[in-house]
Amino acid sequence: MRTTVDHLLALGDDALVAAQRLGEWVAAAPELEEDIALANIALDQLGAARMLLTYAGELEGAGRDEDALAYLRDDREFRNCLLVELPNGDFAVTMAKLLFLAAYQLPLYTALSGCADERLAAIAGKARKEVAYHLDHARLWTLRLGDGTAESHRRMQSAVDEIWPYTHELFQPDPTAPVDPAGLRAEFLAIVEPVLAEATLTRPADGWAPEGGRRGLHTEHLSYLLAEMQVLHRAHPGARW
Amino acid sequence: MSDHARTLPGAGDGGRTPSDDTSRPANGPARHGGWPLWEVFVRPRRGLAHHHVGSLHAPDAELALRNARDLYTRRQEGVSIWVVPAAAITASSPDEKDAFFDPAADKVYRHPTFYEVPEGAPHL
Amino acid sequence: MHGHHSPVPGDGPASGLLDQVEEAEAALRAAAERGRPGAPDGHAVDADPQEYFTALIEADQKIEPRDWMPDAYRRTLIRQIAQHAHSEIIGMQPEGNWITRAPSLKRKAILLAKVQDEAGHGLYLYAAAETLGVSRDELVELLLAGRQKYSSIFNYPTLTWADVGAIGWLVDGAAIVNQVPLCRCSYGPYARAMIRICKEESFHQRQGFEILYTLAHGTPAQRQMAQDAVDRWWYPSLAMFGPPDRDSVHSAQSMAWKIKRFSNDELRQRFVDMCVPQAEVLGLRIPDPNLRWNPERQSYDFTPPDYAELMRVISGDGPCNRQRMARRRRAHTEGAWVREAAAAYAAKRAGRGPAATRPAARDGRAAA
Repeated sequence: MRTTVDHLLALGDDALVAAQRLGEWVAAAPELEEDIALANIALDQLGAARMLLTYAGELEGAGRDEDALAYLRDDREFRNCLLVELPNGDFAVTMAKLLFLAAYQLPLYTALSGCADERLAAIAGKARKEVAYHLDHARLWTLRLGDGTAESHRRMQSAVDEIWPYTHELFQPDPTAPVDPAGLRAEFLAIVEPVLAEATLTRPADGWAPEGGRRGLHTEHLSYLLAEMQVLHRAHPGARW
Repeated sequence: MSDHARTLPGAGDGGRTPSDDTSRPANGPARHGGWPLWEVFVRPRRGLAHHHVGSLHAPDAELALRNARDLYTRRQEGVSIWVVPAAAITASSPDEKDAFFDPAADKVYRHPTFYEVPEGAPHL
Repeated sequence: MHGHHSPVPGDGPASGLLDQVEEAEAALRAAAERGRPGAPDGHAVDADPQEYFTALIEADQKIEPRDWMPDAYRRTLIRQIAQHAHSEIIGMQPEGNWITRAPSLKRKAILLAKVQDEAGHGLYLYAAAETLGVSRDELVELLLAGRQKYSSIFNYPTLTWADVGAIGWLVDGAAIVNQVPLCRCSYGPYARAMIRICKEESFHQRQGFEILYTLAHGTPAQRQMAQDAVDRWWYPSLAMFGPPDRDSVHSAQSMAWKIKRFSNDELRQRFVDMCVPQAEVLGLRIPDPNLRWNPERQSYDFTPPDYAELMRVISGDGPCNRQRMARRRRAHTEGAWVREAAAAYAAKRAGRGPAATRPAARDGRAAA
């Protein structure tokens, strides 16, 4: 399976938008140690995004580098899943988003690290180790929030209920992709279901399954996110920073 | 009963004035909203022994280890970390004569020479 | 994109500062090897603790957490270290303000790393303060109640991207000048924390300098942005060193205790002398028409900052005081349920031991 630009953009945009949302937690986390942890995770995701976007630009061959792709594409050209562009909400929502994203990225990067595209395999190999850490972090917090106080349980259940529908898009079949995401759902469930159970949380039923991100059909949230992310870069066309 | 490493010397130095901006010292382990204090020891990959690098607050051992990794090693691989509840550390007697003791060999982490920056810290 | 030569102050004064940090670290080891004053077997059984404390200070030895120390020494240190820690934490706000809008992915990453470092520095310093018998909780309460302060510089807004560069160059630069002498502070945990922090701060200053250099050599709009930022941050950075010596009442005792090693004015002069050549490399103008080399003093003459403004800002009427505190309070308040949850989870485990938690009730509510 040849890696296409769109596939790389999907991977890179997931990471980029995830990093952008995590960056919003700076100086606002529940504890200083968590400020550091979230910034660490954001840096990891941003690092993976940069490598993936750089590769995408080279593969495209139109002279676009990581910044041109990050700052000069419009919403309809972004290929991230809807889950990552959702607002941070409270800390429980952020952890639910991180849990589900990492539980998807881990088997994905694991499979990609064995794919035929050597460069993508190398990127995936590095990202895989980092994402294992992100997953563990989200797991630790899901347990503590789910099985902490009555209030934290209520918030965490509400977060899980809110975010769950957005997980289905992650596993939309794509036989042309280097790794078909449809094949990853079983592993995803094998990771998250025990965590939810141990956290005394109810795993939501499958039902509504919003999607469209891989085709550039996003939620209304992405436009605001990109406006903030891109405004300064776009205000100075051609400038170096 | 073990001495908490943070217990102050005896009250011979007089009380604090109430208008002071420092509250009375905590007796026993310093708590931080239910997140007790942990001491952190790190052995860089090529080091020979764990060194005391500082402390942090965490609600339990798992988060303490994770926070220690983020804060004191910046997630470098190959580094061994110990986190120990500060309350579990036994220190020498808090009375005034403590000032005259040379640092005991097994309290090497208090020794001023003992500080090392973990290898590979950014910018170095 | 081809790289261009971005001179950074690596061979200039900043690396001189790093050398001083290394020297402080070496002095710390040498002092430890000399051992403590007193009888050869290490005991001076009936010596007066105050005299022993003074002897340690005079011998450039470190006071450690379990040593006897005068109450006022302990209180002064707690206040100084805590305010230093609060500054690192509050300082995350003006800089964090530009993370989501950083104009390149590389700059976004660098800024995220820098702000993360600042949180880390705050934690090292709170840890050092806690060795003096106070808890981080108490210190946070004092900050939120406005009874302990943080560096006045963080009460200014970061209005443009260039402000991020100016903070790195000027504010971190001033902080380093202030902090390097603290690597020789008499209190061991504080000195050690400062050695670690200073090494990391030199990276921050370098990044700020590089941001400004790139802007100053960029488009006309970027050049203007950089100059405007320097115009706004120069005098507040000078004010970071505090009131002039003649107005600084507590310094004498702090000097005697080797908590403070140089006077405000000495450090301020050192900072100016460091910045002038750096500004020339940047191609940016320091907004002081009276800035001039004085051959007799072998230093630059300069216009002092507005100390009345400094006092106003310290007392709470700077542009951002209220905003910074509100943001800090909000984070603290909104985080309470999270902290409580983690504590509750740990307590449950302590109560139940390593056995698994009870399964959730059918309606999803946590097992009580």
